[in-house]
Amino acid sequence: MQLKPYVRSLAVAASLAVMAGCSSTGGTQDGTMDGTAGSGGVGTGTAGSGQVSGSGLGEGAAQMASSRIPEVRTIYFAFDSDAIRPEFQSVLEAHAGFLRANPGAEVILQGHTDERGTREYNLALGERRAGAVERFLNVQGVSPSQVEVVSYGEERPAARGSNEEAYAQNRRVVFAY
Amino acid sequence: MRALMTVWLVALLLCAPLAQADLTIDITRGNERATPIAVVPFAAEGAALPVDLARVVADDLERSGYFAPLEREAMFARPSRAEDVTFGDWQALDARYLVVARVARQGDGVEIRYELLDVTGESRMLGERITAGADQLRAAAHRISDQVFEAITGIRGAFSTRIAYVTSQGVGEDTAYQLYVADADGRNSQQVLSSDQPIMSPTWSPDGGKLAYVSFETGRPAIYVQEVASGRRARLTSFEGLNSAPAWSPDGRRLAMALSRDGQPEIYVMDIGSRQLQRITRSPSIETEPAWAPDGDSLLYTSDRSGGPQLYRHDLASGEVERLTYTGAYNARGRFGPDGEAIFLIHRGANGYRVARQDLESGRLVELGDARHAESPSVAPNGTMVIFATQQGSNGVLGAVSADGRASFRLPAAQGDVREPAWSPFLN
Repeated sequence: MQLKPYVRSLAVAASLAVMAGCSSTGGTQDGTMDGTAGSGGVGTGTAGSGQVSGSGLGEGAAQMASSRIPEVRTIYFAFDSDAIRPEFQSVLEAHAGFLRANPGAEVILQGHTDERGTREYNLALGERRAGAVERFLNVQGVSPSQVEVVSYGEERPAARGSNEEAYAQNRRVVFAY
Repeated sequence: MRALMTVWLVALLLCAPLAQADLTIDITRGNERATPIAVVPFAAEGAALPVDLARVVADDLERSGYFAPLEREAMFARPSRAEDVTFGDWQALDARYLVVARVARQGDGVEIRYELLDVTGESRMLGERITAGADQLRAAAHRISDQVFEAITGIRGAFSTRIAYVTSQGVGEDTAYQLYVADADGRNSQQVLSSDQPIMSPTWSPDGGKLAYVSFETGRPAIYVQEVASGRRARLTSFEGLNSAPAWSPDGRRLAMALSRDGQPEIYVMDIGSRQLQRITRSPSIETEPAWAPDGDSLLYTSDRSGGPQLYRHDLASGEVERLTYTGAYNARGRFGPDGEAIFLIHRGANGYRVARQDLESGRLVELGDARHAESPSVAPNGTMVIFATQQGSNGVLGAVSADGRASFRLPAAQGDVREPAWSPFLN
């Protein structure tokens, strides 16, 4: 599916809205965001919209939809956050482009956390992280039927160790095709 | 010589798998106010028993935090029956209580006659004769510990209970996961499930016959119920999204759980017989880690509706919800003590993630022990100890702390990580 320019800019605006909403780490994001900027669900005072300003997303990577699965399949998160960091927007757009161009392709978004905190709560946080990526893909025009979220919480760390380096590698969402 | 070596080889082979899977015990902090007790080595007729019964009893009593067993080297008399005891010998050693016993062979098994004596009062408190098969020697010792503990403290002993826990080895895609049950002292471990996908949240049915847990074996989390003795199991839920944190109701008929089938993780209660679901919470935040009050009338759960995780209590009849925790920004995975008057939880304070107890009436929260990165507290059925997961070096190990925080111990495994302990109910 190739988005028309105005549709794409709508998608970009909606992505920004999603990201602003997602950067709240509290319990206020709701899963029913309807993909229009300024809609409900962004209403908390803690939204870190400053993180996503001026990153010029949308024009480059999203057009590079191809038949190849993008090579970068892991994005990382800050502590206690499900905000998509600006440096990973192009990664997400590449996957969105691939999934739009290949409607038969399906991806599992695997959400992971670091080891700190309780396991079952971390399982929920991992789902929230993967859910933020799912919403980003949806507003970029990816069909919801192509995307599934599975949270592993802290159960499958990529790196061992109780230090910030390991923690940073473990707070991640993996695109599993 | 050759015959002797063969025997040794057989013994080694028999012991090897146990030695790898069993947990050992390291007492990390004894209770200074523990009551001195002497457990005299049991007098056995004929060849020595394969299990040092008096050692098992003394270790049980020491682990409870209530007792400080006397060192054997200090015992200059080794009586095996009350008539042979000179109380002055034990008063000189400051022992308050004394356990003596003699063991006779009976077929393949043994007959144990033990007695508990009050050294200060110079009286006999308890005497019992128990028989045990050759494979029940440790169980017999735990029974003695239970009886001694109750006779002195008035609290039912929980030494004959079991624990379930999850182990893992490796990292990333190659991690292997197992679910075990073992005696409360970490011995007699038995694997009940093994998988190359995560296993989480084991929890006992109130009759001690079944475990509920979460397994990712299909690539997605699902809740299973498994009979411990037969290994027979059934998949109870596999909804879209999270299927997590199962918790049995005290009557054993319902299972509380966290599901995200309707969006965010919410608390549900399933009637196990009919598989009917009742949704308990409705909130745009995370709700998980449900636990039942001992009377079954309310649920405790974690919610981050206030911004960070805190504990809430939901009255099932009225639907009223009360926030319970206000100390600090992170309080999660709460469990009721058996009297319903206190909850045990994970609290993040200046010292990181610690096990804590909060008394419900006063609201006062106190950290228990000094284990770091504590997770998954589970309360002994008599309320005296809390077992939990912690770290030792770079490995996950189990730890336990007395409910008053005075005594603690660790149960490290020979290899890999151990976590998510669940203390069984009383089994006898």
